[in-house]
Amino acid sequence: MSRIFSVALNTFREAVRDRVLYNLVFFALLMMTAAIFVGQISLGIETIVIVSLGLSAISLIGLLIAVFTGVGLVSKEMDKRTLYALLAKPISRWEFLVGKFGGLVLTLTVNTAAMALGLFLALLFVKHSLDGGDAAVLVAVYFILLKIAIVVALALLFSCFTSQLLAILFTVGLYVAGLFIHEMRNLNGSKVGPAMQVFFSWISYVLPNFENFNVMAAAAHGKPIPGTLILQNTAYAALYCAIVLATASVVFSRRNLK
Amino acid sequence: MPLLFKNMSMTDSAIQIENLTKDYPTGFLHMKTKRSLENLTMQVEEGEAFGFLGPNGAGKSTTIKLLMGIIFPTSGSATILGRPISDVAMHKDIGYLPEQPYFYDYLTAAELLDYFARFYDFSAAERKERVEKMLKKVGLETAGKIQLRKYSKGMLQRVGLAQAILHDPKVVILDEPMSGLDPIGRREVRDIILELKREGRTVLFSTHILTDAEMLCDKVGVIVGGKLQGVGRPDEIVGLQTQGMEILFEADAANAKGAAILAKATKSGSRYALRVPEDSLYAALDELKAAGAKIASVSQIKPTLEEYFMHLVAKDRAQAAAIEVHGK
Repeated sequence: MSRIFSVALNTFREAVRDRVLYNLVFFALLMMTAAIFVGQISLGIETIVIVSLGLSAISLIGLLIAVFTGVGLVSKEMDKRTLYALLAKPISRWEFLVGKFGGLVLTLTVNTAAMALGLFLALLFVKHSLDGGDAAVLVAVYFILLKIAIVVALALLFSCFTSQLLAILFTVGLYVAGLFIHEMRNLNGSKVGPAMQVFFSWISYVLPNFENFNVMAAAAHGKPIPGTLILQNTAYAALYCAIVLATASVVFSRRNLK
Repeated sequence: MPLLFKNMSMTDSAIQIENLTKDYPTGFLHMKTKRSLENLTMQVEEGEAFGFLGPNGAGKSTTIKLLMGIIFPTSGSATILGRPISDVAMHKDIGYLPEQPYFYDYLTAAELLDYFARFYDFSAAERKERVEKMLKKVGLETAGKIQLRKYSKGMLQRVGLAQAILHDPKVVILDEPMSGLDPIGRREVRDIILELKREGRTVLFSTHILTDAEMLCDKVGVIVGGKLQGVGRPDEIVGLQTQGMEILFEADAANAKGAAILAKATKSGSRYALRVPEDSLYAALDELKAAGAKIASVSQIKPTLEEYFMHLVAKDRAQAAAIEVHGK
């Protein structure tokens, strides 16, 4: 466990020193501008605009970091051969992978937490107070983090066996497909044919279901998010990440390095 | 310094390699394979310094990468300290320096060593002490707080050496440890290898620099074209290829009786040197005696390790060329 923790901490340190967290400056500027602008044109929808904009930015920034940093987690170490000296230490390849995953998720958690703080400050600026309904915003941020963790796991898996460019394409492709799970399950058989309907229905259970993590509308309107959904999404993300990481470990443990 | 592992039997093999073969897939669809290492079988005994010699692409680094689990064998097996190379836990007792090492360049040398030390369950105080000791040992005590991206190739090589011996390993595997070093750096690395040897550690290192191998190794293995061509003591391995006898003598060039044999000799200063096959030695000595020559010395011509090495490389290239012509 300590070995995984060491790799995770080093991954976090790498992200910090590579200035990954500089995106927070952009987010802070966006939130400040939005808060001042929305405050001036007050139409009674300030909260909705600020929450929607803030959550969208948190999600987009998180996804960009997850994809572009995630695909380099393993392939960069292989290309630069920094892995050689590390794998000569008493550490298994799966421990290295889980450590890299943990390190990037830790980076994204710190990043997301800082952005969430910015969002709440902007909310406070336009509303002058926070209430119980704003807890839904916190849940929405948590769901974004879970979604990002799955994306990191997928990017890590692809970075174990393909080039960075292909890994980006595969990860983004799966992310986009994962936004249309509901549509896949409800395809009209008469239009696409029964075979395709069965195929899409089956594949919709294999692909990551990102639709369940989208509670942005509810959060913007201050509607409470059921506890069962929080539990369900947490369990789903944990299980999905575990399966993807296990697959990545199997692939990577057989991989000949350059 | 006393032997660290004196209770170990000196006849036990620290590294045992059996029929190790490695094929690499080639071509766009990876349908073809290229054999990089063929049925390598050899042993490195405990406490021995073993030099692995060979030209570029001979299979030295492939062998070392296989031993370290960086790549996997197509067939064959190997053990280090009696444990299979697939056992990651045995890395606790092994130190490894990769060829042309590259490390996390956002870290300082001290941070990198501290990071690697964490994999050996040292306490924080012990880690700090070891990091300082290692930086001093490789001559980087004043550069320990500089990020590695600012390091020269030679400095990176020193960091690589420091991380390889950070945890007092029983077996040290160094892939081209002298590469990229200036003469002072090479001397320092040589001293470190000698120190490791004195401490009773097993050292396996690959090199192109034959004088280093002759100076440091108890035993060398020469690999060419993925095949092991010979293993033995540096003097023993070249001794197998005796090239005849050399007679050094002084003679009067004006003496007509010696004209024939003097024509075959080469002159250096006031002396002549004559090289003859071993079985023609006595005939040549009789001839020189008849010519009134004064024999200074008679010695066996032993090729240097370099000559032996070059002979093997030339033979392999000739074979490869013959196969290519035959194939066409």
